[in-house]
Amino acid sequence: MTCEEASVLLHALIDGELDAGHAREVETHVAGCARCAAEIAQYREMRQAMRSANLRLAAPQALRSRIEAALPSSSVLAPTPTPTPTRRSLLQGFALGTVLSAVAASGAVFVVMRTAQDDQVLGDVVSAHLRSLQADHLADVLSSDQHTVKPWFNGRLDVAPPVPDLTAQGFTLLGGRLDYIDGQPVAAIVYKRRQHVINLFVAAAPNPNHTPARGEAIQGFNTQRWSDQGLRFIAISDLASDELREFHSKFEATLRAGT
Amino acid sequence: MMLAGRRRSHRIRNVRTMKSDVHDPERARRFRDIALPHLDEVYTLARYLLRNTADAEDAVQECYLRALKHFDTFRGGAIRPWLFAIVRNVCHSTYAQRRFSGDEPSEEAQPLWSEASETPEAHVLRQRDEESIRQMVSELPGQFREAIVLREINDLSYQEIADIIGAPVGTVMSRLARARAMLRTAWLSAETEGRP
Repeated sequence: MTCEEASVLLHALIDGELDAGHAREVETHVAGCARCAAEIAQYREMRQAMRSANLRLAAPQALRSRIEAALPSSSVLAPTPTPTPTRRSLLQGFALGTVLSAVAASGAVFVVMRTAQDDQVLGDVVSAHLRSLQADHLADVLSSDQHTVKPWFNGRLDVAPPVPDLTAQGFTLLGGRLDYIDGQPVAAIVYKRRQHVINLFVAAAPNPNHTPARGEAIQGFNTQRWSDQGLRFIAISDLASDELREFHSKFEATLRAGT
Repeated sequence: MMLAGRRRSHRIRNVRTMKSDVHDPERARRFRDIALPHLDEVYTLARYLLRNTADAEDAVQECYLRALKHFDTFRGGAIRPWLFAIVRNVCHSTYAQRRFSGDEPSEEAQPLWSEASETPEAHVLRQRDEESIRQMVSELPGQFREAIVLREINDLSYQEIADIIGAPVGTVMSRLARARAMLRTAWLSAETEGRP
């Protein structure tokens, strides 16, 4: 491979877009060519700097409101960013701290529906997530060690949230903090993938049922919610929805593996 | 002032079109649920392409209008590339001939990053880096700027970018290579000279 060919292909290499065969060819060339090696190092560094800088721009609120106002269904919506429920709520469920015991006791199927309370919770989750990013207050206990973070919650909450180490799965533990969702104290466990922060909120669930994860996008963030073994989890991040799903599956898999 | 007036009337017209053209509230709700969460990213693309706040806002609104109108043609899958393709078309056609095709620096004195919100002091240094990176990106010629924004900021794959710009994947790769080479030159000179 010539330097000329490598100088284009190396971009596909650092973008992870090359098939294995070509990738090996480029790597072999770079290994034996000081100039191309220096070049690829610079590009990687530059790419890293771009990824860690926040280059996205937030749409002005006025624009958002204008577009929302122009959408036909807006007449039935409150002027707040959280949409009001559009379906009749059969169950007022899935809100942190909500008592569902009556339903649970009756053995009714745990139907998860979007309700007003649901919206309230998601709204709180988004606010808590934003607050944690803006106020530079991601964690009360700042540690990548699960054995430091987990005990920190002892005595601060009535639940002991699991804090698995997901480093090998590509999610770095940053720490934990207390937060409030729907007026209740909850554990917030903070992970990071590349430059994307994931806040995982954990609180007591009204029953020990396992509910499968479901994803929802809100205000540009992706969320995943599930419950298991008496705990309720809501993960939120600006990660792409498939990566957040991956976070959930790795999280549950690691817990099951007993790590 | 004349310009501002024209823009306002344009927006009002859009609002009317959106309300009268679409009668199916369920469809509109579905559209809202899957398209609105990407508003920031769509706006980001428009903003980098047009390098002007007011034009970007108009383009984004036009994009959502068109997207809703043609929502029937959206066949599922990822909606982000579909929205990007629409906003890109709007940027190219309606507003931007003069700006997007020309590669003169933005005529607006207002910097691209002015809407960056409150800055905790601890972040000042990083923030300045962001400013200079945004500036460097915004100074790239149109098609290279577009490739970089789609790839590095909006995080699309080569194939998705190829679909959006209607070019082969190989073209995407070579544009990114050129774009990064230009950025690297700017980067290195900024490092040695120190940017204002």
